[in-house]
Amino acid sequence: MTTTTGMPVLQVSDLRVTYYTDAGRTRAVDGVNLTLYAGERLGLVGESGCGKSTMALALMRMIKPPGRIETGSVLVGPAGDQVDTLKLTEQQMLQARLSRIAYIPQGAMNSLNPVMKIQSQMIDAMRAHNVKGDHDELVRRAEVALESVELRRTVMRMYPHELSGGMKQRVCIAISILLSPKVIIADEPTSALDVVVQRQVMETICRVQEKLGAAVILIGHDMGLMAQITNRVAVMYAGKLVELSTVREMFTNPLHPYAQALISSLPNLENKGVFQSIPGLAPSLLRLPNGCTFHPRCKYAMDVCKTLAPPQSVTPSGRYVFCHLYDREGNRVQQPAVAGNGNAPHQKVPVAEN
Amino acid sequence: MKLSYLFRRLVFLVIVIWTAATLLFFIPRLSPVNPIRERFLAIARSTGYLPTDLNTIIASFETKFGLDKPLPQQYVDYMRSVLRGDLGVSLMSYPKTVNQLIGEALPWTLGLLTVTTIITFLVGTAIGALASWPKSPQWVKGMVTPLIVLAAIPPQVLGLLLIYFVAFKLNILPMTGAFDPGDLPNLSITFILDVARHAILPSLTLVLAYIGFWALGMRGMGVTVQGEDYVLFAEHKGLPQNRVFYAYYVRNAILPQVTSLALAFGGIISAGVLVESVFGFPGIGSTLTAAIAANDYFVIYGIGFITILAVGVSMLVVDLIYPLLDPRIRYDRK
Repeated sequence: MTTTTGMPVLQVSDLRVTYYTDAGRTRAVDGVNLTLYAGERLGLVGESGCGKSTMALALMRMIKPPGRIETGSVLVGPAGDQVDTLKLTEQQMLQARLSRIAYIPQGAMNSLNPVMKIQSQMIDAMRAHNVKGDHDELVRRAEVALESVELRRTVMRMYPHELSGGMKQRVCIAISILLSPKVIIADEPTSALDVVVQRQVMETICRVQEKLGAAVILIGHDMGLMAQITNRVAVMYAGKLVELSTVREMFTNPLHPYAQALISSLPNLENKGVFQSIPGLAPSLLRLPNGCTFHPRCKYAMDVCKTLAPPQSVTPSGRYVFCHLYDREGNRVQQPAVAGNGNAPHQKVPVAEN
Repeated sequence: MKLSYLFRRLVFLVIVIWTAATLLFFIPRLSPVNPIRERFLAIARSTGYLPTDLNTIIASFETKFGLDKPLPQQYVDYMRSVLRGDLGVSLMSYPKTVNQLIGEALPWTLGLLTVTTIITFLVGTAIGALASWPKSPQWVKGMVTPLIVLAAIPPQVLGLLLIYFVAFKLNILPMTGAFDPGDLPNLSITFILDVARHAILPSLTLVLAYIGFWALGMRGMGVTVQGEDYVLFAEHKGLPQNRVFYAYYVRNAILPQVTSLALAFGGIISAGVLVESVFGFPGIGSTLTAAIAANDYFVIYGIGFITILAVGVSMLVVDLIYPLLDPRIRYDRK
């Protein structure tokens, strides 16, 4: 892939986030390793509650009590200008947000302060980062950012309630690129928008990202969107990244059984009206199964899966997967043993056709 | 803002005041008690002398005050004189007019209640805001609980407790009144200090009694606002904590508090009635209590009328200033 030839701008290693709740400790992000290259778009998918958003918050160092980042390092920035955000002081982290790593929020409809003009909210962000210049210069800079997301300058003097949902999300994008960060995290940036606007907003994100040469982590459920937008896709399950592949490989030849189930749950043209569901439910993070956390739902589960967490396999092409079905080079070593552990085979769920 | 909106609001205000004043006119009249007769009977009880022609005397006084006319006629007459700005005469303190009585009492009440309302609002709101802010120290968060306990105690009881412990037991502050008896109100430093000394306990009572409401209201709103996406996004923007706190958090959470503040100003005249009575404070509250006890119709009407007026006007003011605080509210649209 050409995208992986860029410089690494984000290197996450062994990131672990734990929530200390009354019901017990919950490992929401469990040893995530990830490298992101400049100009790349990475999709992060997984079921609700699998830790996608927690991971995004951890990268911003915005985990709040009772949550805590236990270990790991998050190196942000191109080679020569790298900082480990987990080692910064609180003050330095404030500066790093937006200037090194920016966040496009999930709830765009409500992410802007309803009693402040757009202009003030943008200038607020620049002032907090000691951007030099008088008021007029900051205004001009904000205007440039708004124009780069296809908004008119007049938006500057408007209040959030005067904007449509798509416009609000564009303003959020404009704010996130104000200080040209090298990493942008977009947490379901289009989930509150209708499909037409979704597409436009995604195109805007891609365009500003290409202009900045930044890397984008796109979090979401929409596999169709992922297929169109991203270069690589990471699949998360119960706090772990179980597979990371290029988007083409992920959709044509997923390795991890969970990724396979996820892909085959998508509707496709050859098999109209029949969806494959993934049996069972995502496990409670409070009571994770031993061994491979996916084994109770896995149709290939073997005895080893119940006791031993699978090691990382890396294929020659750079994909990686955590599954006992593969050897360290990602070659399939175990023959598929469908229903080998007595699990119910995947059910076909008929869907009413119009 | 469109003038037509203002005009509609003003018409509405007039209707509200008129309706309330009408109800207020008839309600004391439902009582069978004749205030003039009661007054003479009270004199008779204290002097031991009952005039033989009492009924004639009462009738002549009723004619004098217009109480002999049919009730609807009295109503029309009263409304007419109110429109001229004349609230009538006091039955008990005749020949003092109601305007004079209110004029004497109002400055005391306004002075006491304006100061305490502002203090209560500022301190209560600040405590409530800090108490709901996740990064506040634990002792700040715990401050609301004792304030709620205080708010649960009726203010007049709180006043009595303070009188007992501070004024009676410790004897460091005067028990009642607004100034030392024997003094005449003047603008000398000693008199002003004396007034301030007398005002401490009533003020403290009102502040302690009402601060919990402000703290609780603000804390409730704060909890709602702190989960809002715009507060989170402000943090994602890398804004320092105090900027997030003031411009994104307090600024939004305070909106309902401002409504309550304006309404509290409208209620200033009536808010301290019981506390004033407990402290023998010569304000509107004490005047009203005495008037109700004596069925002094016109004083009750007069004080009721200015209370309604104050509430109505402050509601109008809330409506008019709200667009300045919250840009989402505009009256110039259809």
